[in-house]
Amino acid sequence: MSKYLLNKFLYTVDRDPDLVERYRTDPAGAVARWEAEYAGRLLNCVGDEATTWLAFDDAERAALTAHDYPALFALGAHPFLTLTLFIGMFERDYPEPLGFQHEYARRLSHMTLPYPDIAT
Amino acid sequence: MAELVAVIASTHHPFYYRASTSVGPDRPPFADEWVRKIEAFRATLTRAAPDVLVMVGSDHFHQLWLDNMPQFLVGKAPMYDANFYNEEREFGLPRMLLKGQEDLSAHILREGLDAGFDLAFSNELRIDHSITCPIITLRPEADLPIVPIYTNIFAPPLPQPKRFVQLGGAIREMVESWPSHLRVAVIGTGHLSLELGGPRQFGPAGPDPEFDRKAVGWIAGGDIEECLGQVSLESLHLPGNATHGFMDFMLMMGVAGGGRKADYVDTYDLFHTMEAYFTWYPKGVPA
Repeated sequence: MSKYLLNKFLYTVDRDPDLVERYRTDPAGAVARWEAEYAGRLLNCVGDEATTWLAFDDAERAALTAHDYPALFALGAHPFLTLTLFIGMFERDYPEPLGFQHEYARRLSHMTLPYPDIAT
Repeated sequence: MAELVAVIASTHHPFYYRASTSVGPDRPPFADEWVRKIEAFRATLTRAAPDVLVMVGSDHFHQLWLDNMPQFLVGKAPMYDANFYNEEREFGLPRMLLKGQEDLSAHILREGLDAGFDLAFSNELRIDHSITCPIITLRPEADLPIVPIYTNIFAPPLPQPKRFVQLGGAIREMVESWPSHLRVAVIGTGHLSLELGGPRQFGPAGPDPEFDRKAVGWIAGGDIEECLGQVSLESLHLPGNATHGFMDFMLMMGVAGGGRKADYVDTYDLFHTMEAYFTWYPKGVPA
């Protein structure tokens, strides 16, 4: 289990317009490609210095592939990262202001305090 | 020595820029009153006539990341680019370029380290909306040099609330010991109760109006000890999952000083959050 790697996916995708669109339209392909090519990239180092041991577990990979943000919340992914990326992908599909944000809250309404630990 | 002419604490609502600049049917019904309140708040900084702004905020996983996360970081650079792609995308925030005040950055780093705060630093810092929002609300000309100070309210493990208060007090001492003739304002932004990415997000008000009411009272009254007695890293989860941003308000209470009542207090109950605006004049209200 790697909350860190989940967060790294959300973080690196959210800051790259091309990755945002790729993840929106082809989540399975985007997650597989990201895990193969991007997961180990140390962000301020050359490619040869990539991290060798980072990988998703099955539940994490499945949650990302299904765009399942309630599952990501339950896994302890950082809620701000998940929210920001998913707004970037799906807000456009809701005609009324904050429509997606309200849907997002509704789909998490079964969660009660204490929320899953987000410490990495 | 430099003069600390104003201490300002504020929420930073990234939707203000879009709300205040939108027109016609896109303009939300709460925009006009919000603009009126912001312009009144802005006047509290303008009348202090600052030359330099120390800006306390928190990077929202933009430049600072979990592979190398500082707790407290001081920017030391001649210029700061500002705002990121995902802030343009979500909030419509403009790209900005701000001047830095490197002498004061160097002074704060040296004095802070010697006072027991192991401050990180950055010579190439792109600042985000925690600092650009108050520039837009309080100094939209964006013409004054800044010293950005980032705190970690975002990525646990976090420093304890009392450490934020202590750093605030140290920032005040460091500003007042800076060998300069310049007038300095310290501006910090945080949150009251706030939920992001959880079930209580984007409600008709902030997630915990009772916490907000108490928090505004602590800040307005300078009630640092009472606040520290009721706030812990654990308790801040209860009002909303992003409420640890309140610790930046606690830092600003430390800058203002214990028992020091704010000279200006205003709030605005919006969807999603309670907005709150505070100004202290350490040397008295300017003429």
